[in-house]
Amino acid sequence: MTDQAADPYAALQDKEPPKAPRSQWKDVWDQFKRHKGALFGGGFLVFITLAVILGPYIWQVDPQKLDIRNKDMRPIYVALWNGDAKVGWFRPLGTDNLGRDILANLIAGGRASMAVGWAAMVLALLIGTSIGVIAGYFKKADFWLMRFTDLVLSLPILPLLLVAVTLFREPLRANFGPEGGMFILIVGVVGLTSWMQTARIVRGDILALKEREFILAARSIGTTSGKIIRRHLLPNVVSPIMVSATLGLATAIITESALSFLGVGFPSDFPTWGKLLADAVQRMEQYPERVVLPGILISLTVLGVNYLGDGLRDALDPRIRGR
Amino acid sequence: MLTFTIRRLILSIPTLLFISLVIFLLLQLAPGDPMAQVPLTVPPEVKEKMREALGLGQPIHIQYWKWIVQFFWIEPQVLFDHWFGTSFAEGKQRVISWQTRSPVMDIVVQRIPQTLWVVGLSYIVGILIALPIGIYSAYKQYSVFDQSGTFITMIGFSIPPFFTGPLLIVVFSVQLGWLPSIYDTTHVVTDWASFKVQFMQMVMPVMVLALQTTAQISRYMRSSMLDNLGQDYVRTARAKGLREGVVVMQHVLRNSMIPVITVIALGVPSIFGGAIITENVFKVNGIGQLLLTALFANDIPMVMTLTFIFAILIVLFNLIADVLYGVLDPRIRYD
Repeated sequence: MTDQAADPYAALQDKEPPKAPRSQWKDVWDQFKRHKGALFGGGFLVFITLAVILGPYIWQVDPQKLDIRNKDMRPIYVALWNGDAKVGWFRPLGTDNLGRDILANLIAGGRASMAVGWAAMVLALLIGTSIGVIAGYFKKADFWLMRFTDLVLSLPILPLLLVAVTLFREPLRANFGPEGGMFILIVGVVGLTSWMQTARIVRGDILALKEREFILAARSIGTTSGKIIRRHLLPNVVSPIMVSATLGLATAIITESALSFLGVGFPSDFPTWGKLLADAVQRMEQYPERVVLPGILISLTVLGVNYLGDGLRDALDPRIRGR
Repeated sequence: MLTFTIRRLILSIPTLLFISLVIFLLLQLAPGDPMAQVPLTVPPEVKEKMREALGLGQPIHIQYWKWIVQFFWIEPQVLFDHWFGTSFAEGKQRVISWQTRSPVMDIVVQRIPQTLWVVGLSYIVGILIALPIGIYSAYKQYSVFDQSGTFITMIGFSIPPFFTGPLLIVVFSVQLGWLPSIYDTTHVVTDWASFKVQFMQMVMPVMVLALQTTAQISRYMRSSMLDNLGQDYVRTARAKGLREGVVVMQHVLRNSMIPVITVIALGVPSIFGGAIITENVFKVNGIGQLLLTALFANDIPMVMTLTFIFAILIVLFNLIADVLYGVLDPRIRYD
């Protein structure tokens, strides 16, 4: 009788000390690691970002410096099959028709392209998330905000971008300088025309989340709407926002390059990948590398970002995770 | 369904009006002066008269109203006259291009066949390649074919057309010399030899555009097939002894095509927009190239009309996609 009563809760006690609980982000990382493409993509994105940030300190050649004696040099690897080619180790990727170093130009161009991509993506995310959250949370705003989103979705984006860039180039250049003005303009137009998908996804998720019990609980203890949005709703929509962020980065880089390619992008002495590619198309029979190198960089970056997005989508979806 | 279609059609009118207003106001801010090319010796009062002749002297809302009337009332009349030989539009003011001083719609009508041939064909080719790839890679998920197919479509998704275009030109026109790098729109197909020339010059632009379409649609097709392959009705179909071909090609494929068809419909207008770059690379003088030259020449009526035509296409195909979705999937009811 006594030994039975000694430990009435024995069956309820844990036999071993409990393991530390696994955090959500550790699960996400474990799933993400299994997607090889996403790992490579993310790795390449980190690599290219570091390369364009740190590159100018390692390869200290001024991308704008004219060196007419050493113009039209070929990349060093051309010497493998063409012994007479004009190559040199001090210009590993060759020079253009004014003797500007191509490696330095690619680094500088990458800086511009990545900066535009990141800034436009952040802008689009900010607009998209705020419109999505407001439309999803406040019923009164929903109808008009979503009609507005539909309207913007049915605008022809590329023609409008072209129109906007050609029209506002001059006033912005006058106010912020040729490079600053163009940067603001391109980031602005790309950001303002690519937030719609984010807004739709975020709104849908918020609409569903809003009806859940924890929001009801939060409201019943008197939490204000702003607090509910910041503390309870936004952390729960981080995953769709992250996925659309990767897509946004990819489209922003491509759009910037496309604008530069069509000749309405940055001023002529300011390299971006799209601009380097567009300038080289005229003489691509003699110097194919000048088209191919920036093209490969754009494509690989976008490919990496897209794979990263794919992996993130799988890793952040709890239904797929663990399979 | 019919009421839904009619309601959507009526709703699309304010949408289009709003879009046209946005485009119009955007263009009103244009700093470019259509009189910039006029010699300095022309006196200012004559210049003012020329400006008024272009319709620039009026206040903004009147300019907008006149454009609306010209685009929605007079241009359809011209079309009607052209088809039935009547003369409703006789002597009425049409939308005039500032570059050529000829009606904008006439130029657009001249350019549309080139765009339709290249862009339309590439879209069809892209879909025809994409569907089998998507079906087979979903059926054999994680096989070598699926892995490589997904990889190739991802590449096609990521490489921009302004890179694939020059790359193909370097390889096939410059190095190998097989295909012409410029699309000759004056070429007329009369016999077998000229058809071959036409075919050769269309290969590259069509392939560049088709790569984008293929990448997108085969990804949709694959994921849609995957959604359906795990369903209970597929197991039932197999359990009652249907052949594998019938199960996949009739039961699963039909159900999987529903979202894919709407994606195909939604992609049509964006292909027109994306063709601006491809037309520029291969020097096809279609409407994309027309828009680009009009922009650089500050030809505002032309830009306005072309952008608005793109907007009409987008709204129209959005509507078509929604209606198709309802028609194909009986579970979806809008009313």
